[in-house]
Amino acid sequence: MHTESLNTQSSFPPKNTEPRPEHPPEVPLAIHDLTVAYHRKPVLWDIELNIPEGKLVGIVGPNGAGKSTLLKACLDLIPKTSGWAHIYGKPYRKARHRVAYVPQRESVDWDFPVSALDVVAMGAYRRLGWFRRVNKAETERARNALDQVGIAHLADRQISQLSGGQQQRVFLARALMQDADLYLMDEPFAAVDAATEQAIVKLLRTLSAQGKTCLVVHHDLATVTTYFDWLVLLNMRVVASGPAEETFTRENLQKTYGGKLNLLEKAAEALGHSID
Amino acid sequence: MPPWSDILEVLTLQTYNTRLVVLSTSLLGIAAGLVGAFLLLRKRSLMGDALSHATLPGVAIAFAVMVSLGGTGKSLPGLLLGATISGVAGIVTMLLIRNTTRLRDDVAMGFVLSVFFGIGVASLQMVQNIPGASAAGLESFIYGKTASMVHSDFILIAVVAGVASLVSLALTKEFLLLCFDDGFAASQGWPTLMLDMALLGLVTAVTVIGLQAVGLILVIAFLITPPTAARFWTNNLVPMLFLSAGIGGISGWLGASISALTPQLPAGAVIVLVAAALFLISMLFAPARGVIPRLVRQGRLRRKVDRQHLLRAAYEILESMASDDETRNIPLPMDALQGMRTWTPHQLGKILRVARREDHLEPAVPGMIRLSEPGFGEAARVTRNHRLWESYLINYADIAPSHVDRDADMVEHILGADLVSELEADLDSRDIVLPVPPSPHPIQTEPRAEA
Repeated sequence: MHTESLNTQSSFPPKNTEPRPEHPPEVPLAIHDLTVAYHRKPVLWDIELNIPEGKLVGIVGPNGAGKSTLLKACLDLIPKTSGWAHIYGKPYRKARHRVAYVPQRESVDWDFPVSALDVVAMGAYRRLGWFRRVNKAETERARNALDQVGIAHLADRQISQLSGGQQQRVFLARALMQDADLYLMDEPFAAVDAATEQAIVKLLRTLSAQGKTCLVVHHDLATVTTYFDWLVLLNMRVVASGPAEETFTRENLQKTYGGKLNLLEKAAEALGHSID
Repeated sequence: MPPWSDILEVLTLQTYNTRLVVLSTSLLGIAAGLVGAFLLLRKRSLMGDALSHATLPGVAIAFAVMVSLGGTGKSLPGLLLGATISGVAGIVTMLLIRNTTRLRDDVAMGFVLSVFFGIGVASLQMVQNIPGASAAGLESFIYGKTASMVHSDFILIAVVAGVASLVSLALTKEFLLLCFDDGFAASQGWPTLMLDMALLGLVTAVTVIGLQAVGLILVIAFLITPPTAARFWTNNLVPMLFLSAGIGGISGWLGASISALTPQLPAGAVIVLVAAALFLISMLFAPARGVIPRLVRQGRLRRKVDRQHLLRAAYEILESMASDDETRNIPLPMDALQGMRTWTPHQLGKILRVARREDHLEPAVPGMIRLSEPGFGEAARVTRNHRLWESYLINYADIAPSHVDRDADMVEHILGADLVSELEADLDSRDIVLPVPPSPHPIQTEPRAEA
């Protein structure tokens, strides 16, 4: 009896010598061989992408390059023709709780009978689950989130009475409510005032300092290197992906934006028409 | 017109004949108001219309089936079951068209609506000719007819309406998310397709139980009018839901009562007309978004702007008349006032009348006006706000001094106390003289040449 217990003590449980990592070692977003097509017309070809943790990532490319499509495919909002996108090593449906999505502002009708606070509280719906109403604690969190984006005083205002920049901040506050590790933002800087732009940049830096990863679809080439530390140049395929300073080169931009009708686009057109 | 005692009896549900009808249309109205609010916010109103028209073939086919099984074919639950099946078939057809072709939604809906309705009308004609069966009355499903309601029909309608209301209230949060931002909802793992099906299911339920009383052509109005009317009164979803349910319920109650009192008026039409009247009242008078309150607010703002322009003009004339640094309240000539802005004599006369009514002016000799004590104070305040704003525009917005007058003209009237104190703090830090700082640009006080 005595020896047995000694034995147990020495061999079980095994001694944990290494501290467990706070997050699994997997990268926040790993995409392999991803192709997406609308009505057979491919908009993204063979995307290979590994986004390192804690980076502020700008996704840049011309109109129709598939930037929004890339985000939506990662979020399972549109079907993938081939390939996969893994969030922290898991398919999206198993990693939902770690991802926050900020859709384009124009994707919703802002003349909707809800207040800014109501919209932000939507970020808590998943936590609340079916049938449960937004409670005091979540309302308090929503107010804090609005405070973080600098518009706490507009909490009770109807959303149609907000400026474009304020609406964008409401969307960001809703994402903050989700307390995620990976943020996917679709053009948060589109048509916002200078104050909002600065507020968003500040927020992105705060998130990054907390070790969160942010993927931001961006349009303004003049600011990419100041705002982001990692860059993905996209035009139906990944032209380049890497640290912002190294990736933002004349040659890469030429490849991304130049040569309007390249062979890939022609092929996509042909495929799109092949069943008409 | 029927006597008051009859009217009272019907409205208070004391007459047995009409009690069931009035009660069922009221419950139906509440359910339609709740479900319709989400249908409207989901922007699927037309889909509801297609759905209701697609129910007609089912009514005719259910009748034929029941007759062939040996019944009279007039059992309401049986007919409504048929209506449900063909309504759902209509929706499925529509979704198939949408998902397999590139036709737009409205084309698919228009197609389903007309084709199913056509099939319905044709099959109604065919079942009329079944020997030994009377299909008379089936066409009442098109326009609605309440007279034939029996107790079991009422129970069916009440239960379905009650369940539909409770389900839509229980799913308020989920439907709100679906209607506002379905992409975000899907990204969060909410089953948006299932929620959409649940919403369409509720619409189907309300439509089908509304067929008998309101008819398939008008039932869509019963779904859409109450929430549209409710939207004028509020900017918040929950009050909108309850208002919509209330408007729907009142429409059903009043409409069916009026129809019961004047039998030549069909209930469905009267119900929809009552709802339309409530809609019209809401559109015109609702304080939040109604047309007339908005016009009143605009008029009030315009009068405020006029008044402030008048007072500032007067103050600036008094400034130019002062021999030393201090501006005093003395009588000033009308001509000078006339020259300050592009007022016609008629407009100026009107503005002066308003100013007199508000005690901003004191009696003076003809051709002159004199500000009252409060009027002078207000004039100084208004001028000060204008100048504060002008300095801000020059210093921060880099607007040329020759332009700031016009820009400030637009903004000064809506300056709130908080903005003013912010401007003050800012100007204070740059040693600008208060209370009324000097104008940053020359003021023209000579009468302007006539154009």
